[in-house]
Amino acid sequence: MGAQLRVYRQKIRSAQTTKKITRAMELISASRIQKAQARVRESTPYSRAITRAVSAVATYSNIDHVLTTEPEKIERAAVVIFASDRGLAGAFNANVLKESEQLAELLRSQGKEVVYFLVGRKANAYFAFRKRDAERVWTGGTDAPQFETAQEIGQAVLEAFLRDASEGGVDEIHIIYNRFVNMLSQVPEVVRLLPLEVVEGVEEPDSTATLPLYEFEPDVEEVLDSLLPVYIESRLYNAMLMSAASKHAATQKAMKSASDNADKLITNYTRLANNARQSEITQQISEIVGGADALGSGK
Amino acid sequence: MASAPLQVSLVAADHEVWSGEASFVVARTVVGEIGILSGHEPMLAILGSGEVRITKLDGTKLIANADDGFLSVENNAITIVAHHAELVK
Repeated sequence: MGAQLRVYRQKIRSAQTTKKITRAMELISASRIQKAQARVRESTPYSRAITRAVSAVATYSNIDHVLTTEPEKIERAAVVIFASDRGLAGAFNANVLKESEQLAELLRSQGKEVVYFLVGRKANAYFAFRKRDAERVWTGGTDAPQFETAQEIGQAVLEAFLRDASEGGVDEIHIIYNRFVNMLSQVPEVVRLLPLEVVEGVEEPDSTATLPLYEFEPDVEEVLDSLLPVYIESRLYNAMLMSAASKHAATQKAMKSASDNADKLITNYTRLANNARQSEITQQISEIVGGADALGSGK
Repeated sequence: MASAPLQVSLVAADHEVWSGEASFVVARTVVGEIGILSGHEPMLAILGSGEVRITKLDGTKLIANADDGFLSVENNAITIVAHHAELVK
């Protein structure tokens, strides 16, 4: 067998093996994405209920609470980045990290210092490679987020938020995650978590209707004190679930195009290999014919 | 007299436990037990851990455990939100 032919056959085999792997990964994420979406759906009633309650307190009470009032001067802002533990997901991690760079630039231009909280090994690796510090890092659970992790993150950021700016506390909390729009599109989204600004998904109170007077038990302060951490946790949890679903969708898309590329490679190399084989045969025939001619004419 | 039935939804962190119509709801807040009938004024309370008893329209009772959460009442809609919640029966 000719050397050229052997090289092509080797390349075909290698592309076939790669294709098997990428196809398997595509199928795995396709099955996980259903589960991830279901979890997003299941957590929605909770976050909707919490959001409604928070907006009720924020709208119907005019109490000044540390979590709702805007500080006069913001010295430091925390950014929570939700990346993933594994790569092979196309631009999934690159998008969210790019978005975080832009946000950090914006914050710095406003004279704020930026403190990072990272979720996912990829974000950690990105920061480690650039020798940047992060306040805290959570890795290992981005594929199937646990509520406990969200609670942990919530506690950490709240603790930083409640600390005084002079002692290294933060005055603002932003989160960046990939929002799951549909199977084909996941967009990085930046949300300012604290101080509260927009509360989404709540009907504006009708200005003509009298505002219901809420009764708080035990009192407004205490309700806010315990409601807002829960709100933060639920928002973080929701972001984690969204990010997980997006990751699976992104992986599926990336692996599908990898499999398609492998297919294309195999077709091309098969053609080249056929070509090489054919020219080898042609050469052999012409050698035989040439030899026979030489023998025949020698008689 | 109670007019419209209460719309109750009991929600845990990762799923909706129960939702439906009811005539009477008893829950334990941090300051004590509270019973809610239709037409209750808007309220937001912190839940203590304990039972939530829901009397459905047909009179049957539903008992759930709710832990660490909130109770909000607004226009006959009751939302009970808890970190952990489960139906006992």
